[in-house]
Amino acid sequence: MNMAIQWVSFKTIVVKEVRRFMRIWVQTLVPPAITIALYFVIFGSLIGSRIGQMGGYDYMQFVVPGLIMMAVIQNSYGNVVSSFYGTKFQGNIEELLVSPTAEVTILLGYLAGGVLRGLAVGGIVTVLALFFTDLSVESWPITISMVLMTAVVFSIAGFLNAMYANSFDDISIIPTFVLTPMIYLGGVFYSVDLLPDFWAKVSLANPILYMVNGFRYGILGVSDVSLGVSYFMLTLFMLGGFGFAMYLLTRGEKLRS
Amino acid sequence: MSVALEIKGLKKTYADGFQALKGIDLHVRQGDFFALLGPNGAGKSTTLGILTSVVSKSAGSVCIMGHDIDQDFQQAKQCLGVVPQEFNFNQFEKVFDILVTQGGYYGLSRALAKQRAEKYLRKLDLWDKRDTISRTLSGGMKRRLMIARALVHEPQLLVLDEPTAGVDIELRRSMWEFLTEVNDEGTTIILTTHYLEEAESLCRNIAIIDEGQIIENTSMKSLLRKLTREIFIFDTRNALQAPLELPGFTARIMDDNMLEVEIEVGKEQSLNKLFTLFDGAGIEVTSMRNKSNRLEEMFVNLLKPGNIVGYDKPAEDPMVVPNAAASSGAAS
Ligand SMILES: Nc1ncnc2c1ncn2[C@@H]1O[C@H](COP(=O)(O)OP(=O)(O)O)[C@@H](O)[C@H]1O
Ligand SMILES: [Mg+2]
Repeated sequence: MNMAIQWVSFKTIVVKEVRRFMRIWVQTLVPPAITIALYFVIFGSLIGSRIGQMGGYDYMQFVVPGLIMMAVIQNSYGNVVSSFYGTKFQGNIEELLVSPTAEVTILLGYLAGGVLRGLAVGGIVTVLALFFTDLSVESWPITISMVLMTAVVFSIAGFLNAMYANSFDDISIIPTFVLTPMIYLGGVFYSVDLLPDFWAKVSLANPILYMVNGFRYGILGVSDVSLGVSYFMLTLFMLGGFGFAMYLLTRGEKLRS
Repeated sequence: MSVALEIKGLKKTYADGFQALKGIDLHVRQGDFFALLGPNGAGKSTTLGILTSVVSKSAGSVCIMGHDIDQDFQQAKQCLGVVPQEFNFNQFEKVFDILVTQGGYYGLSRALAKQRAEKYLRKLDLWDKRDTISRTLSGGMKRRLMIARALVHEPQLLVLDEPTAGVDIELRRSMWEFLTEVNDEGTTIILTTHYLEEAESLCRNIAIIDEGQIIENTSMKSLLRKLTREIFIFDTRNALQAPLELPGFTARIMDDNMLEVEIEVGKEQSLNKLFTLFDGAGIEVTSMRNKSNRLEEMFVNLLKPGNIVGYDKPAEDPMVVPNAAASSGAAS
C-alpha cells in the first residue's frame, strides 16, 4: 500500500466531511445546540432546583456531563450515517471505489469526520453549559479519552447503519427506535442507583451507561460503574465495530454489485 | 507496443442469477482509441464496471497497464480515469471542489489538485462554472464535468461509458474533438457506445459485444472493408411498373417513383450494371441515396446472422442501431 497516497486521500475525505457539516451548519450544529440548551434550562435550572442532589452533586452539575455525552453520541452517529448514506445514495461512493483509496482509508476518513462533528457539537454544548453552571474537570485524560472513544464508537455505528440502509427511512429508524431510548435510559438524566434492583441490573446491559458514567467520572469524579469496565466496553465496541465495518467494506457486497 | 488493457475470460453473474458476461477477452494496445460497441443491455457497462472495480467479477482477470486489478489494485487504479454512464458526482458540491477532492483521492497535493482542476475545467469550458453547485449544471455540462474529473490525475487509460448519450450534436462533436486531442497526447481511450457514427469517426479498433459475448474484435478499417452489401434508394422521373426487369438484383418498388435495390459487391454486381439495366427498362433516375448507415446494416447482420429484418424498418435516428433505438432514451 502506498502510504503517501493513502494519507493524502484520508486528509481529503476529512476535509470534505468537515466542509460538509460546516456548510450546512444550520442543520448540523445549531439544532443540537438549541435542544441541549433547552435541556439545561428545563432539567437543570427549572426542575433541577427541585430535584436537589443526584449522585452527591447538584442536579445541574450531574446532568451536564450526560448531556454533553448525548450531543457527542447523536452527532457523531448522525454525521456518518447521513453523509455516508448520501454518498452511497448518489452513487458518489464510486469516486472512492474507482480511486486508489484503500477501504481502510475510506472508513478512517468518514469516522474522523464523525468524530470531529461530535467534538464540535460537544464543544458548543460545553460552552453553553458554562452559562448555567461551573464546570471543573476532575481528570482531563479520562474526560478526553472517554469522549474520543465514544465519538469513535458511534461514528462506527453510524457507518454500519449507512452500509445496511437502503432508504432514507432506514437511516432514521435506528436513531429513533434504538439510539434515543438507549441514550435516555443510559444514565444521562439519573443515577442508576435510583432504579429498583432489577432495572438497575438491566441498565448494565446498555453500553451507553458505561460511556456516560466514564465521562462523568472524568469531570465529577463519580460514576455508577467502574472505570475499568467502561474502558473495556469502549475498546470492545471500537475494535468489534471497526472489524465488522472493514469486513463489510472489503467484502463489498453492499457497495459493489 | 505495450498493452493498456488485457481482459481474459471475464464472466459476471449478478446477484439475481443473471449472467451479464459470458467470458470476454479483450486486448487494447497503448495509445489506442478503442470502441466497445453494442446495443443496450449487451454488457458494456458491466465490463467497464469490473475494470473500474465498481462491479465485482465472477471469473477471469483484468490487467491495466500491466497491473492486475486484484494484486496491484492501487497501481492499476492510479493509471485509470473513469467517466461513468450515470452522473455520480456530489450534487451539492461546487464544480471546482469536486475536481480538487478527486485529485486528493489519487494522492495529489492540494496545490497540484487545484492547478489540475483549473487546467481541465478550462479545457472543458467549465471554468466559468467553477463555483456553481453541480446539481444546477445542464446535462451537457455535467457530462463535461465528469470528463474533467476523470482527467485530474492524468491517467494513462481513460474509459468512458456512453459519454455522448443524451448530448446534442454540437456538443457531441466538440467532445469528440477533445477526446481525439487527449488521445493524440498519448492517453489510451476506451469508450462504449451504441452510436455507430461515434465509433466510426473516433476509433481505430473496435469490439462488438452482444448478450455478454464479444462477437467481433478487429480494426475499424477491416470492419468497414467487410461491408459488401448496400441498399440504395432511387427516385425516378417516370412511374414504375411491376414487374421490373433487373436480372441479378433484388429490387423492390416502394411507390410509383421510388425504387429500392440491394447491391452486393461480392456477386459481381455494380452500379454501372444497374444503370445499364435501368436504361434498358426505360427508367430515368433523378436522384439516389444510401438507405442507411453501412455500419448499421452490418451491425444488424452480425447480431442476427442470416436475418436482415433491420432493413425494413430503419431506425428513426440513423445513428442508432435498431435494437438500441427503442430504449436509447433511457441511456442517459
Ligand atoms: N445490478 C444488476 N443486477 C442484475 N442485472 C443487472 C445489473 N446491472 C446490469 N444488469 C443486467 O446485465 C445486462 C448488461 O447490462 P449493462 O452492462 O448495463 O449493459 P449495457 O451497458 O451494454 O447497456 C443487462 O441485461 C442488465 O439488465
Ligand atoms: Mg451501459
